[in-house]
Amino acid sequence: MELNARIPDGPIAEKWDRHRFEMKLVNPANKRKFKVIVVGTGLAGGSAAATLAELGYQVDCFCFQDSPRRAHSIAAQGGINAAKNYQNDGDSIYRLFYDTVKGGDFRAREANVYRLAQVSVNIIDQCVAQGVPFAREYGGTLSNRSFGGAQVSRTFYARGQTGQQLLLGAYQALERQIGLGAVKMFPRTEMLDLVVINGHARGIVIRDLLTGEVRAHAADAVVLATGGYGNVFYLSTNAKGSNVTATYRAYKKGAGFANPCFTQIHPTCIPVSGSYQSKLTLMSESLRNDGRVWVPVTAGDARRPQDIPEAERDYYLERRYPSFGNLVPRDVASRAAKQVCDAGRGVGPSKMSVFLDFADAIKRLGQKVVADRYGNLFDMYERIAGENPYETPMRIYPAVHYTMGGLWVDYNLMSTIPGLHVIGEANFSDHGANRLGASALMQGLADGYFILPYTIGDYLATAKQPAVTTDHPEFKKSIADVEAQTRRLLGINGKHTVDDFHRELGLVLWDHCGMGRTEAGLKKALGIIPEIRERFWREVRVPGTGAEFNQNIEKACRVADYLEFGELMCLDALTRDESCGGHFREEHQQPDGEAKRDDEHYAHSAVWEYTGQGQAPKLNKEPLAFEHVHLATRVYT
Amino acid sequence: MSTHSASTMKLTLRIWRQKDRKSPGALQTYKLDAVSPDMSFLEMLDVLNDQLTRAGDDPISFDHDCREGICGSCAMMINGRAHGPRKATTVCQLHMRSFKDGDEVTIEPWRAEPFPVIKDLSVSRSSFDRIIAAGGFVSINTGSTVDANATLIGKRDADEAMDYASCIGCGACVAACPNAAAMLFTGAKVAHLVKLPQGEVERTGRVLNMVAQMDKEGFGSCTNHGECSEACPKEIPFDAIVLLNREYMRASVLGKQ
Repeated sequence: MELNARIPDGPIAEKWDRHRFEMKLVNPANKRKFKVIVVGTGLAGGSAAATLAELGYQVDCFCFQDSPRRAHSIAAQGGINAAKNYQNDGDSIYRLFYDTVKGGDFRAREANVYRLAQVSVNIIDQCVAQGVPFAREYGGTLSNRSFGGAQVSRTFYARGQTGQQLLLGAYQALERQIGLGAVKMFPRTEMLDLVVINGHARGIVIRDLLTGEVRAHAADAVVLATGGYGNVFYLSTNAKGSNVTATYRAYKKGAGFANPCFTQIHPTCIPVSGSYQSKLTLMSESLRNDGRVWVPVTAGDARRPQDIPEAERDYYLERRYPSFGNLVPRDVASRAAKQVCDAGRGVGPSKMSVFLDFADAIKRLGQKVVADRYGNLFDMYERIAGENPYETPMRIYPAVHYTMGGLWVDYNLMSTIPGLHVIGEANFSDHGANRLGASALMQGLADGYFILPYTIGDYLATAKQPAVTTDHPEFKKSIADVEAQTRRLLGINGKHTVDDFHRELGLVLWDHCGMGRTEAGLKKALGIIPEIRERFWREVRVPGTGAEFNQNIEKACRVADYLEFGELMCLDALTRDESCGGHFREEHQQPDGEAKRDDEHYAHSAVWEYTGQGQAPKLNKEPLAFEHVHLATRVYT
Repeated sequence: MSTHSASTMKLTLRIWRQKDRKSPGALQTYKLDAVSPDMSFLEMLDVLNDQLTRAGDDPISFDHDCREGICGSCAMMINGRAHGPRKATTVCQLHMRSFKDGDEVTIEPWRAEPFPVIKDLSVSRSSFDRIIAAGGFVSINTGSTVDANATLIGKRDADEAMDYASCIGCGACVAACPNAAAMLFTGAKVAHLVKLPQGEVERTGRVLNMVAQMDKEGFGSCTNHGECSEACPKEIPFDAIVLLNREYMRASVLGKQ
């Protein structure tokens, strides 16, 4: 597998400009001759599909939800970063670039991150022009808030529903193109295979979820915008349908999978309440602007939080990190919560949570201001936890939230399979080993609105592949493979449900490939996972048939992939014998408990290559050079 | 491991079962023991589906995804109320502490012709997408914009636009309406864009096209019952419909000129 990142020459601030000039263009009259498949309609896919259609390409767009508006980007709460410097507080493109590389603990590609910071300013302009109702000041200008890992206010927001509003902007742009006939939309379809012909991505095979029909679609290029794989853990903040299937099946067709062990555990989620728990709910990181995180000084202190005097509380983030306080990056905050809970100082019935307390903010600002800032989040907490956070502190605990790993892409966002482009959370992206808050929305829209639409033109103008139709034997073979898998799953008729296996896998991963990882634990997980997988294929029960609307078979196909992918994650975590960002190998820590990187051996992206069913994948490395942000230990004290 | 109460509930569930769009459906009764008050309503259905699967029966189909009240996928009538008994709460955020031991709970899909049943509690809401495609957008191509702060928008207008824009497209308004009208949904999008200068250029055509599509899909007309706004999990104010009517009148007059 060749990993040519195709980073343009020249000074970092000029690379993107220079590259845009050097790339081949497709003549406007020729664009309509090319068909592009876009899978996924979140911020990345929705914005890409709309923009490609505006440019004149034919676009076929797919999503598994019943409407493109329901993609999981909709759930992002807090905001979107952009280097506008509207607050005059010293922000710049370079600072956003610097913060992102440092926040990612030096495991991202500098040139890509710089470009992300550059186009961030265009995203806000675009969204405002679409009518996204961002929060504003009384003078009519846009309002900003602070987020973790930054000392400037660069986060734009729409109450606690920023993802929703940005997605509706992209969705409306997409619906406009659907109405114009420029995009053909296929909702309730799930991609189950990538079709590669002559070494190029030429189409996909999908299941029509309404009828069960397995069908092929051919194109000149394929774009995956299928999100992250956090649900491999069973419990995560992801939507129930979010899954790894599209990217994993592309991996099995030859796309390199980079850094699968880089997962983000978000520090502020509502804790697990029982064994029936089906998902975890995030409370926006923006709450850490005004909420103070603490636990009792003494383990086992069972008093009500209101009754614990100030001197007997440990505001451990403020104590350990005086300059960033409650706004340290997510990985740091999550680990600190785990450490105090592991030390027996956790609170709540399970002792696996910490307080997020707004009493001081309410005293300082008044309840009205606090409600204005966070009202919908407080209401959501009350609905789920059954407690009023205006009166008693919230209880929070970290949960799996985002995955920095994904399919490897070059500077053009193209994977190791020519013609297969990967955008948004689905690629291994710009966040290194830890993503900063409010940067996922930025990356999704940067990729979809402002990067892919240019770079895909370069591929289409130069690929010169012969026309293919779905009559090609590769399509027939893919359809047959997918149908065979469905038949096999339906035919097992064992005694356990799909969720039984998924929960079991999730627990193994949470215990051994979650917030803290060790060599022994990962080796143990690598022993257990194949055993679970083998039982799955022997004992699972998938009700219904393949020729109908059948939510059970959808789930079974996704879990079948998780059971293979989980192993790849653990292998990657074991192989990366250092700590960095969200990947915390307990063997490698600073004396104060911070992650200890090993830049000599691990300043690279680990890119896994599929070598066949049941065979060990091959590791390839893309070395990372840090010419601008010098390698240093992250310090947030 | 339960956080709050150790006591669990026994429930009798009457759930609409329908194989597909063409087959007739019927309510079927299920008993469920040991329901924790801390479960969400959908988790309660997960538990039932788990039991049905183990017993070799067909589990119940229902739409759901984010389970945090924002994607708009989940949709069911609970004891005759869209999204159930709790105000401003989607089914996925409704928790079983809103019910009590021994309750009988009737669960049905949205009932409206433009929302055909797919299976059991799943319905198709693509008609909503087509209403948006008819005009629920600002026609601005990627890239052709001015600086975001070049257009000043008063906080009040921005906040009001946000109130309307918070619609999640779940369809509860249609399900709650005796006429199956989609005017709250359509009005919310018209109102969101009319409150902002960006929406001004296409103001006239937008409302005419969206209303025409709404009628074409077979949604009914508003007769001022107000059930829609009452059922709306995002509390979209009934003013959206007042505004829709006003905008439609204005556009009809201007459109003829």
